[in-house]
Amino acid sequence: MKKEAKKTLIKLVVAVPLMFAFGFALVPLYDVFCEVTGINGKVFQSEYSEELVTDDGRTIAIQFISTNNENMPWTFKPSEQVMKIETGKYHGVTFYVKNTTDKKMTAQAVPSVAPSNAAAHLKKLECFCFEQQELMPGEEALLPVKLLVSNELPSNIKNIILSYTIFDITDYDDEVLAHNQMAME
Amino acid sequence: MSAVIENHHDDHDHGPAKGITRWLYTTNHKDIGTLYLWFSFAMFLIGGAMAMIIRAELFQPGMQIVEPEFYNQMITLHGLIMIFGGVMPAFVGLANWLVPMMIGAPDMALPRMNNLSFWILPFAFFILLSSLFMEGGAPNFGWTFYAPLSTTYAPPSVTFFIFSVHIMGASSIMGAINVVVTIMNMRAPGVTLMKMPLFVWSWLITAYLLIAVMPVLAGAVTMMLMDIHFGTSFFNAAGGGDPVLFQHIFWFFGHPEVYIMILPAFGIVSHIIETFSRKQLFGYSSMVWAMLSIAILSFVVWAHHMFTVGLPLAAEIFFMWATMLIAVPTGVKVFNWVATMFRGSLTFETPMLFAVAFVVLFTIGGLSGLMLAIVPADFQYHDTYFVVAHFHYVLVPGAIFSIMAAVYYWIPKWSGNMYDERLGKLHFWLSFIGVNVTFFPQHFIGLAGMPRRYPDYALIFADWNMVSSIGAFLFGFSQLLFLFIVIKTVMGGKKATDQVWEGAKGLEWTVASPAPYHTFSTPPKVD
Ligand code: HEM
Ligand SMILES: [Cu+2]
Repeated sequence: MKKEAKKTLIKLVVAVPLMFAFGFALVPLYDVFCEVTGINGKVFQSEYSEELVTDDGRTIAIQFISTNNENMPWTFKPSEQVMKIETGKYHGVTFYVKNTTDKKMTAQAVPSVAPSNAAAHLKKLECFCFEQQELMPGEEALLPVKLLVSNELPSNIKNIILSYTIFDITDYDDEVLAHNQMAME
Repeated sequence: MSAVIENHHDDHDHGPAKGITRWLYTTNHKDIGTLYLWFSFAMFLIGGAMAMIIRAELFQPGMQIVEPEFYNQMITLHGLIMIFGGVMPAFVGLANWLVPMMIGAPDMALPRMNNLSFWILPFAFFILLSSLFMEGGAPNFGWTFYAPLSTTYAPPSVTFFIFSVHIMGASSIMGAINVVVTIMNMRAPGVTLMKMPLFVWSWLITAYLLIAVMPVLAGAVTMMLMDIHFGTSFFNAAGGGDPVLFQHIFWFFGHPEVYIMILPAFGIVSHIIETFSRKQLFGYSSMVWAMLSIAILSFVVWAHHMFTVGLPLAAEIFFMWATMLIAVPTGVKVFNWVATMFRGSLTFETPMLFAVAFVVLFTIGGLSGLMLAIVPADFQYHDTYFVVAHFHYVLVPGAIFSIMAAVYYWIPKWSGNMYDERLGKLHFWLSFIGVNVTFFPQHFIGLAGMPRRYPDYALIFADWNMVSSIGAFLFGFSQLLFLFIVIKTVMGGKKATDQVWEGAKGLEWTVASPAPYHTFSTPPKVD
């Protein structure tokens, strides 16, 4: 085989694992992209920020939705369906959960925000979705969220929906989960 | 690196080995081309039989013939087999036969890898098909295998599916590497890049697309494998993953993949139209540039398959315009084909009939694609039979007609015999009518709201579904005629001349018919 042909061959053979790796690189790229743009409704934990707090906010409605993932038997619902809130102020809300089974179970809630361009303006100081919930049989709890909607929220948005889906993760491998959890935050 | 050492044939007139070992051990590009083509024909018939089952079930509303679970398996296997077993190997087979002869090379650059890339394919499809007999049945999540359907909710056979996709991918990648190395390094002196026949150009571009996206597909199925067996959560929301991510990765492969299935067709049709118009092809260099721009654009349009997953507005608009932009180079190509025919001395032998039908019907598929590219319209059309009509128009009278045209056009060179023109024309007309009767009504039922991938439907869709099924049976059974014609031609018939077609140009027509086992052992003179 000619020398040039070998060169072409080597380049192509190297390109294959690179593209394979690129496929995997799409995973973190996707997360970074979602975090930077705030799309996909992913909301990450944020620090308390004095700058975001103002007195000349406007009133918007925030609606809470709870969904049980398939096979998740717990009772899970927001304490209030809709709240009127002021932008530029911290508000606390709660969700009620109860383990309705006779087994000890672990759950993970996954949040989502609609419309998606509101997600970047929703800051969560505290959220039960940042950790896992472990409940004994029959145990119930009020899960807190502390949030602020920044005054920079586009003025055409008058309604925000914050939804949570709760998953049963009792049988998941803890180590793998912890790792994924870190990747998520 | 033993696989890359070139075969040296000192004895020029030695022919193929005898018996089965000829096919098992062959490193001859013509033999391997033949193997690929027959393999793809077999897959075409198996995938076609599955389509017949699907259309039989949809002949009437209600559940008649199969269980819903089995219906889903048929939908999935039909798609996978037609794409990875039918269309792609057929094009690789054509590349094997034609690329070396068209550029004046004695063989492919990597003959042993060529043998390997073919012979792993039957295993891949054996594994895929055997999943039909496994517990829980064959894959049932559609050819797009969206997670979590294909992970959390998949039948156990999904692991075998993943393995077979890996093998198919390895085969395609090896085939593509072989094509690139051959084209870049083995052209006869005088065959410059901008003098290469368009089929060679189309395959060079296709091969690069394959090398770029098949590894990404391999990555996607590997992630599935890890989610299923090793507790990772790439696509599992509970563990911090995201099912939408799967769709991004899949379509990053998937959209270039649809161009992998159409670019070689563009090459074939250009040759055939040129020959039967007895004129020079209109706009050679614009054809090359159009294919290059289509290939590049195909990497930035993937999310048009995901308009309804909840993309932000900016992304919807970007992907909408990028998709529509592809219509520009595509339009250039259609224009050039029509301009080539304009004022040509046209004759309509079977290959030309298929090629002209390609131009017309592929354009219909392109236009329905443009409709789907309009975001607000796609919100209505997505996952309806309108999408099914769209991609069948670009794939059946598009990719598959081009393959049939190629077989009729080059089989005299391959076998030394002319096919039976009367039967060829009959096959064309039956296929042409069949394809349109099958797929045109699917536009109507799609626009009226019939969702895809269900074994049953509302009564209002009944009439057009029956029409569509009748067309499908007509099309399906006409392909047995095609099988008969091909076998008859290989067995005997009127002897073909070396040039075969009056207007045919290109190096492959300068060698004897049938093409000798070894051609261009000394490079031809090209000016
Ligand atoms: C002008 C060119 C084209 C445009 C604008 C276009 C546009 C689109 C759009 C927007 C969709 C998504 C529809 C939906 O799911 O709601 C789609 C689906 C599809 N297209 Fe095209 N397309 C074009 C050409 C092609 C070609 C050349 C092929 C293949 C040879 C092709 C094969 C497919 C397939 C297989 C699907 C469906 C995939 C699935 O969901 O199973 N398209 N096309
Ligand atoms: Cu596409």
